[in-house]
Amino acid sequence: MIDPLLVALYIFVLAIFVGFETITKVPPLLHTPLMSGTNAMSGITLVGALISAGAGHSVLSTLLGTLAVVIATINVVGGFLVTDRMLEMFKKNKGKG
Amino acid sequence: MKIIIAIAYLLSSVLFILGLMSLCSPKTARRGNLLAMIAMLIAIVATLINNEIVDFTFIIIGLIIGSTIGVTAARKVSMTAMPQMVALFNGLGGGSSAFVALAEYYRLTGGLKFNVSISMIISLFVGAVTLTGSLIAFGKLQGIIKSAPVVFKAQRFLNLLIFTLFLIAGIIFIINPANNAYLLAILAIAMILGILLVIPIGGADMPVVISLLNSCSGLAAAATGFVLSNNILIICGALVGASGVILTRIMCNAMNRSIPNIIFGAVGATSKNINKDDNRKVITYTEEDASMILEIAQTVIVIPGYGLAVAQAQFALQELVKTLIDMGINVRYAIHPVAGRMPGHMNVLLAEANVSYDLLSDLGDINNDFQNTDVALVVGANDVVNPSARADKNSPLYGMPILNADKAKTVIICKRSLSPGFSGVDNELFYQKKTMMVFGDAKDSINNLIKLLKT
Repeated sequence: MIDPLLVALYIFVLAIFVGFETITKVPPLLHTPLMSGTNAMSGITLVGALISAGAGHSVLSTLLGTLAVVIATINVVGGFLVTDRMLEMFKKNKGKG
Repeated sequence: MKIIIAIAYLLSSVLFILGLMSLCSPKTARRGNLLAMIAMLIAIVATLINNEIVDFTFIIIGLIIGSTIGVTAARKVSMTAMPQMVALFNGLGGGSSAFVALAEYYRLTGGLKFNVSISMIISLFVGAVTLTGSLIAFGKLQGIIKSAPVVFKAQRFLNLLIFTLFLIAGIIFIINPANNAYLLAILAIAMILGILLVIPIGGADMPVVISLLNSCSGLAAAATGFVLSNNILIICGALVGASGVILTRIMCNAMNRSIPNIIFGAVGATSKNINKDDNRKVITYTEEDASMILEIAQTVIVIPGYGLAVAQAQFALQELVKTLIDMGINVRYAIHPVAGRMPGHMNVLLAEANVSYDLLSDLGDINNDFQNTDVALVVGANDVVNPSARADKNSPLYGMPILNADKAKTVIICKRSLSPGFSGVDNELFYQKKTMMVFGDAKDSINNLIKLLKT
């Protein structure tokens, strides 16, 4: 069995390559939505925050976890909604200017 | 249970990647964002069925508060304020990663494995630098803090000293993880460093800073993933990290700057007027002159710059372009990568003003068309059309990719004054014979042009 850390490292490096391959194809037209969208994705740390806030280990742990849940949720919810708001505006209406 | 969670995380990762892939075209982009939202929801629900969670009270409170603030902010923010909004969200993401790492320390208490303590330090450090750095960037973009670079003596030395302190504290913590004082010291050091690193950076370099911080918030999430041995955090963090790096590189190339040059350079504060030649004369034209040239043109390329957004003239410009198109003129927009305060910002501002995206062209796609164009209409842009970037080896702009507006038959420039752009370099295009300078507020000038063209 390989060390779990090594497996995690494999995943990390391969995911970076996937990221490079995918994101170089995004046109400059969509760079702002890309940025706010990936920004919302970085709020995935919410998953870790939920465990810290709900595991009930110590007051300090729960407090830090709850704070993390609040700010990560702002990041996720706000980020995705604002991206949607922007993408909705990108329209192709020929001849309208 | 563990297998169900693992499979849900895998599904979530796949949806995240598919979502990013859909961002390659404006037609599918909105669906892509929706896929990413679903992916996030799956990851959250899968986490909530984890039997480690015993008490949902604080989770629910946190989710409600966070969602309320998030929804309100996303609805209210104006498109011009998007850069500071993204900066703020970035900081929150980074901060969250740092707090999770810290909470995890108090949960595990002592006896940390070597690899966990290293990941913990990285997550805490990168997360906290992202938090305070982003808050400063937010303050500068929002105008709460002076956007001019704050430079003082021995700044670099101080940063180096603080970074060394971080390394020392980190090493001691790894040797003796039971002592939490060093972990808290790392948190404090990182927060100070975040402030010090962004404070000397000027407003014009903000696109690079935001991209870089975007990348950092991803890396902090990935490091937290290593602490928690959680693959979805690692995958998502790596994707965001990669995206930030690509955008940073694009911005650096477009501004002809390197990352060390931006972080340690602190330029833009001094104004250098190279080649100052007093024999050159600027010829001022009126809107009537400009409208007559536009009327007889067949092809027009519009070059919008950040000055357009400052004057809130996007809607007026859209109306002008519509008027020209209705007259049978072929009009397109040429968008420079740094025409705004963050990557792609100008495209969003024009999309908001109902400009169809097929009229928006990137620098590479449109630059060869200028020689066959009758009029290049420059509104609120300066450095991105400065020909010295192509020819003058002494110019600080030399090597920066520019829009070849000077190759068009006539260049109309709507500008407030002759003042140089962010680079502080004089623009020789203003003095050329084919250039018509129309001074004044961009919105007023454009509205006058519309009136003249319609009569």
